[in-house]
Amino acid sequence: MSTHIGVDFTPPDIAGKVTGEIKYAEDYKREGMVFARLLTSPLPAGRVVNIDASEALRMDGVVGVFTADDLPPVPPPGNPALASEYVTYVGQPILAVAAITEEIAESAIDKIRVDFERRDFVVDPIESLTPGGSNAYPEGNVLVRTREEGPEGAPIVGAEIKDIKWPQSAIDAIKTGKEPVGGEFTTEWAFGDVDAGFADAAAIIEEPFVTIGYPHHSLEARTGMAYWENGKCYFHGSSQSQSANNAGLARMLNIDLADLVFINEATGGGFGSKIGPYPFMAITGNFSKVLNRPVQLRITREQEFYIGSARSGMQGWIKIGVKENGKVSAVDLVIVNDGGATGGGSGNSSAQHVTVAYQPESMRYRGISVYTNTTPRGAQRGPGQNEMAAVLAPMTDKVARAIDMDRVAFRRTNVLDSDGFQGGSQGPVTSAFVREALDQGMRTFGWQDKIAQPKDMGNNKVRGVGVGIGYHGAGGRGYDGLLRIGTDGRLYIHSGVGNLGTYSYAGTCRAAAEALQVPWDKCDILHGRSDRHLPHSSGQGGSNTIFTHTRTNWVAAQDAITKLKEIAATDLGGSADDYEIGDERVFLSSNPSQGITYAQAAQRAIELGGKYSGQEYPDDINPLTQLAVQGIAGSGLVGVAKDNIPGQGQPPGVLVGFMEIEMDKDTGKYEILDYTAIADCGTVVHPTNFNNAMRGGAVWGVGLAGLERHVYDPQNGLPANTGLYQSKPPTNMDVPIDTQMGAVNIPDPQNPTGGRGIGEPTQGASAAALASAISDALDGHTFNTAPTTTDMIINHLAGNTYSTKSLKTNTF
Amino acid sequence: MPSHDVMPNMELYQPVQVEDALAIADRLAERAWLVGGGQDTYGWLKDRAKSVDAMIDLSAIESLRGIRETSDGIEIGALTTLTEVTESEVIQQQYSLLSMAASRVASPQIRNIGTLGGNASQDVRCWYYRRGLDCYRAGGNLCYADTPQGMNREHSLFETSRCVAASPSDTAPALVALDATMVIQSSSGVRTVAAEDYFVGPANDIENTTVLRPGDILTAVRIPNTWANASFYFEKVADRNVWDFALVNIAAAFKLSGDTIQESRIVAGSVQATPRRVSNVENAIRGQSRSAATADSVASMATDGARALAHNGFKIPLMENLVKRAIIG
Repeated sequence: MSTHIGVDFTPPDIAGKVTGEIKYAEDYKREGMVFARLLTSPLPAGRVVNIDASEALRMDGVVGVFTADDLPPVPPPGNPALASEYVTYVGQPILAVAAITEEIAESAIDKIRVDFERRDFVVDPIESLTPGGSNAYPEGNVLVRTREEGPEGAPIVGAEIKDIKWPQSAIDAIKTGKEPVGGEFTTEWAFGDVDAGFADAAAIIEEPFVTIGYPHHSLEARTGMAYWENGKCYFHGSSQSQSANNAGLARMLNIDLADLVFINEATGGGFGSKIGPYPFMAITGNFSKVLNRPVQLRITREQEFYIGSARSGMQGWIKIGVKENGKVSAVDLVIVNDGGATGGGSGNSSAQHVTVAYQPESMRYRGISVYTNTTPRGAQRGPGQNEMAAVLAPMTDKVARAIDMDRVAFRRTNVLDSDGFQGGSQGPVTSAFVREALDQGMRTFGWQDKIAQPKDMGNNKVRGVGVGIGYHGAGGRGYDGLLRIGTDGRLYIHSGVGNLGTYSYAGTCRAAAEALQVPWDKCDILHGRSDRHLPHSSGQGGSNTIFTHTRTNWVAAQDAITKLKEIAATDLGGSADDYEIGDERVFLSSNPSQGITYAQAAQRAIELGGKYSGQEYPDDINPLTQLAVQGIAGSGLVGVAKDNIPGQGQPPGVLVGFMEIEMDKDTGKYEILDYTAIADCGTVVHPTNFNNAMRGGAVWGVGLAGLERHVYDPQNGLPANTGLYQSKPPTNMDVPIDTQMGAVNIPDPQNPTGGRGIGEPTQGASAAALASAISDALDGHTFNTAPTTTDMIINHLAGNTYSTKSLKTNTF
Repeated sequence: MPSHDVMPNMELYQPVQVEDALAIADRLAERAWLVGGGQDTYGWLKDRAKSVDAMIDLSAIESLRGIRETSDGIEIGALTTLTEVTESEVIQQQYSLLSMAASRVASPQIRNIGTLGGNASQDVRCWYYRRGLDCYRAGGNLCYADTPQGMNREHSLFETSRCVAASPSDTAPALVALDATMVIQSSSGVRTVAAEDYFVGPANDIENTTVLRPGDILTAVRIPNTWANASFYFEKVADRNVWDFALVNIAAAFKLSGDTIQESRIVAGSVQATPRRVSNVENAIRGQSRSAATADSVASMATDGARALAHNGFKIPLMENLVKRAIIG
């Protein structure tokens, strides 16, 4: 029976977060530290002609100005830390100024004169694709990848900017919700016979849709503090990840991996925007080197809006064919992504969501991601999948109704199972039990009873009942685990996972404790600073950590167990196979009294040296892990291994959500009466944290489906809602107090602990369930928008048109 | 436009007597900025969208706080917090329209700091104006919001003379509905202004939303007992249920004889630069029964003269529905 997996525990940093004692990057100070602030672009598009910082540099207390000339050039389509010549969005950093106080630095910013040449700009991708439409960059308007896309959050490499225009007929078509025949795309795939699939269909729907991007608004604006000592850079940064930052940040600072100490004990939110080192980290570290003193670069809340990343928006068209038996026979999907100033959209991930939700017999996807002169876009919780979930749910309901099928039964008929596939390549999954989740959810929510209740609730209020599915790939392979048994008998688990706030950096360590059968109070987690010798780890994003790093800690523990047995055999005789572990001892299976304690084994490992105490290590571990092993060599029994657990397929994280709302037809407002969510995420590793993830994701799903969006003025390219309150993330008064949560809890066969991730789908499922409930309340009306806001609902009820009907993005 | 978030350098005055505050305000005139709870102030100044030489912090003046019963109603110190207004027994019992309105302002944290005077007198929230653009209201010669492409979902339906910004206050419509009087002091004395006249639209003064001028301090709000214990209705519709400005709000008071409406005040917020008294509806329902039929028959009158912008057309049915609900009760 498991003693650690599926059992609650208190992560070691909880007390610090509750008391406020834990430190974030901005809390670190250093003698002689100066404060840097950014000067950002007031224009959505233009060219920097001249910078005159002479007056600022003459101010008392100003110590320096740092520009793009102080950094290696970053040619398009890279996202430079500082604009070198062209600015492509309002808020783009142009330079940093450092002073002995923040107040002086801010005053100095106002003394710097920048001359610009204006360029035409564009905030709507469709406008940019229109013949004669403006391009966000001088080189063009579309990001074209020449190499395969990296993992989520990875910098764009192997890409170029092209100038693509669609024929006016295609523009007219997509603006009126039709298939944009003749439009050029940059990503296309298909499987099955789509034409035959539609020919077989008993019902076909065609729908346009639009989702609007919105900022991450991480509560901790991305501050950094850096200083240099003895050739090493000590960098306090705000990141979701820990070890995943080192290689990229070392490159930014032009130093060896061994010369970077990256410190990141706690992070105030990232949501995908801080997975890896982000461009402006280069300013902090290099400015500190130039000035030869510690530099803290803090940004404002408004600047976090500008450079803190945002979800990509999309404008699209979908055609869905379904057979009489409820099976989706064909899907044709077109997506035009708003890639903002970085160009990358999430259309392919949106299409992937469709494959998981429908498992269609045939499907075609065509996508293009267009640059706009709006904020840079990047990964945001379930990028592509979650916004697609929100707009797809009411369409799915419409399809089900078209063949007179229950909406849950329709999903049950079509959704992913263990033999299913995900994505255009129809890749396998490790396991999937979504039907079980739907069944469990139906029972818990009381679906049949709720849909049987009268819609009219009196006082011009109506009931809406919805269901939705959220999905995200939830795990990776091939990373490293590292731990050490000390001569004190304690288990030291080195975690390179970031402390995003999900506590999975600690939850994943439970796998090592479980495997080595060590009580949790005898375990210590080393994390948060790379000089604590942390192994190569995945980015803390993409819902992957539970699957990925329970495995790495498991394999490191297995390596330690092997070494324990070998040491025991060396000292006590017999072969390693004759031994087993238990009660923090390794002992002879045939005579348990004959054995040694873990503490004794650790001492013997030091004496034996070599692989036992880390002087030698496997060839296949990452260079960062090699450095980490070298750092702890000789201090105990070292367990280190790369995750080579055999298997194939992507581990899916899937959540089903059921929602009941009461909509007020006078005001367009709705109250969420009930929300039930059931996860298919394998074994739940850390129950309390699972519940927290479910709640947090559900709240943000309400924002995605009903509240949050970018608004840009097409007249001047200015964003209308840079502030936190203007962006309208949901509050505690906008969500239900109680959420009924559960999990199928069937172990994934490809993880020794059984776990898979679930972070991202928690948002997609609630967004989809809410969109479905809104549609249900309004007799099946499909807004095909995310968000669907109060004004749209009022306008619909009043018979007015609503502004996004023409598929516009970045607008009200 | 650089982004800032620390306070700029300025002189700071922290008087503890209203007389001292008046003297400083008189001496500094346009150079000074009065601050109470600061919930409107700090955004302007930290963003550098407005700049001043000096700040007069009124928060230490105890005489500007508190709720006092008078011979003909109550007097509320301008610095009384919105939480205090919400929780006041006398207001809850006799003038609950105001406590209902105050309870819907922003969030509990802001209500603990924000004041009645500040909430009623706050500047408009047009995002173009708040961004520091040179619009009419900021002394320039154009309006960015009142164009076919303007992002104007939260803007006004009525009285849009060059400027289409809307009044953001939840308490201001309630004060107008209660026939409140605003007490204004300056170095030259005390004057009182009816709440309905305290708020100023762009046609009369495009750079100010109230009659307050440099040297003036709003010291108190008086609510007469004219509407004490009347039948009240307040509703605010915002995107979020907390920490949000109204899309439209409605404050209404009814004097009834049985089911018959003898007299009423119906005031809508966030539909023009000042609270909008819906006088034509008030007149139309006088002597009518307070019923759904009456409400249905007059609701559309509430938006007579409304001019929808590109994105705020939804406010027309929303305002009509809220007026209807107020009448039905």
